[in-house]
Amino acid sequence: MEAPLASAVAVAAAGRPVRAHGERASTALSLGVITLYLSLIVMLPIAALVWASRSEGKQAFWDAVTSPQSVAALKLTVGAAFVVAVLNAVLGTVTAWVLVRDDFRGKSVINSIIDLPFALPTIVAGLTLLALYGPKSPIGIDIAFTRTAILAALMFVTLPFVVRTVQPVLTELDHEMEEAARSLGASELTTFRRVIFPNILPGILSGFALAFAKAVGEIGSLVIISGNLPYKTEVSSVFILGQIESGNPAGAAAVAVVLLVISFAILLVVGAIRHFTTRHDRA
Amino acid sequence: MRRYALRFVALFYLAAILIAPLGIVFYRTFEDGFGAAWEALSAPDTIHAFKLTLIITAIAVPLNTVFGIICALAIVRKRFPGKGLLNAFIDLPLALSPVVVGLSLFLLYGRTGWFGGFFERHDIQVLFALPAMILATIFVSLPFVAREVVPTLREIGDEQEQAARTLGANGWQTFRRITLPSIRWAVIYGVILTTARCLGEYGAVAVVSGRIQGETETATLRVEERYDSFDLAGAYAIAIVLALIAISVLLLMTLVKPREGTT
Repeated sequence: MEAPLASAVAVAAAGRPVRAHGERASTALSLGVITLYLSLIVMLPIAALVWASRSEGKQAFWDAVTSPQSVAALKLTVGAAFVVAVLNAVLGTVTAWVLVRDDFRGKSVINSIIDLPFALPTIVAGLTLLALYGPKSPIGIDIAFTRTAILAALMFVTLPFVVRTVQPVLTELDHEMEEAARSLGASELTTFRRVIFPNILPGILSGFALAFAKAVGEIGSLVIISGNLPYKTEVSSVFILGQIESGNPAGAAAVAVVLLVISFAILLVVGAIRHFTTRHDRA
Repeated sequence: MRRYALRFVALFYLAAILIAPLGIVFYRTFEDGFGAAWEALSAPDTIHAFKLTLIITAIAVPLNTVFGIICALAIVRKRFPGKGLLNAFIDLPLALSPVVVGLSLFLLYGRTGWFGGFFERHDIQVLFALPAMILATIFVSLPFVAREVVPTLREIGDEQEQAARTLGANGWQTFRRITLPSIRWAVIYGVILTTARCLGEYGAVAVVSGRIQGETETATLRVEERYDSFDLAGAYAIAIVLALIAISVLLLMTLVKPREGTT
């Protein structure tokens, strides 16, 4: 039914050069709008950033990136982001599993709460964690101004990523495959490892990459709870902010370019995962 | 047994990271009664900060919505060279640190930046003023509408649109009568996410605003300023208002989401 309609439409479209012309004009218009908007909002500022980072020469760029304080901040940032992304991958998968396969009272409420970190301003997230895990903690846990606090804040802001990439895959996963595996004698663990896990792995990896990217760039939730002590709890974003405020935009730009490169790399990885999984589906 | 263990792990994780901290903030805010919280919220600088946040959001959200729809239509329906690049590039604001965004604008519109001289000669204040704050907010909230609309557009296919075109509808009619009604929930969902991001933006705005109290201080910057001035009750009170907005956003999202499948 649909195929003949489509071909009839194709014939009709081919027989109307005026319409094809209008189509081209609308494509050109929307591409023009997109290019203009993206150039003004995104590309020009980023070009200015890259340009400024090199304005004082290659040597100055490397000196800024490899200064001890900047290296310490970068190491902490990437290390903490990695730990948080790994924790997210595990706990996020468990949470997605419980939300899809388990059933208990209040599950739908829990399900909506997952998105709260996306909706909540990050500075509020930081303040929130300080209220529970700060100096005036009602449960006696004071992690304020430590690296543990950084992990907690990053866990908070990246919480939804893995859950939200794994959950839809689990929901749509065919029960028959699992039942077949079980009836052929596979244990519950083997079924998970050989049947379920390969299906949700792309989701876990995308969620992992997005959580990592978010954690590398995070600032709002950290400024209050991390204390921003150089060499100890100062992440790259806060370091960049400090460099701007102390009148060294070129140095700030150099470190910012490093973060920019990390972001681009992550986008490529996510794009590759997306490409691979859609291919896999078609095969 | 394993089921309960998993349930326990998931719920404990959510409680420790998400639910308990939020609960305690509500408790702490009203610990000293409503008076202190009200005083903090009714301070002129706080009211100005909320107004400024709303103004920025009211400008950034419509622009990004229109752009997001155009962009999604181009990605799904049109053919052009560099489409894959656009599809990947559009997500950059999600993967990039807001501070880097702020710094980029700072360098472009600052005194030594490419555009800085031009605006200075014409006596237009961009940096440390509303224009730069709007640009920063647009940047960080750019992809949400496009990202929500793209999968919906793919799913609905273009047969109805083509049928409308053969029956003589022009491009705009087809969009308004066929395409828009079928993507409306995705658009609304995207708008909600964009709004939440605009209201909560901190890092990019912190760099380009200059944080002048009563002038370029947004609600999120105000929270930090109150905290730094040792006015914890004030910081909590503003944070609570922002959290309540976030929770309303969440409720809206929950209401909108199930309808996606029925359109």
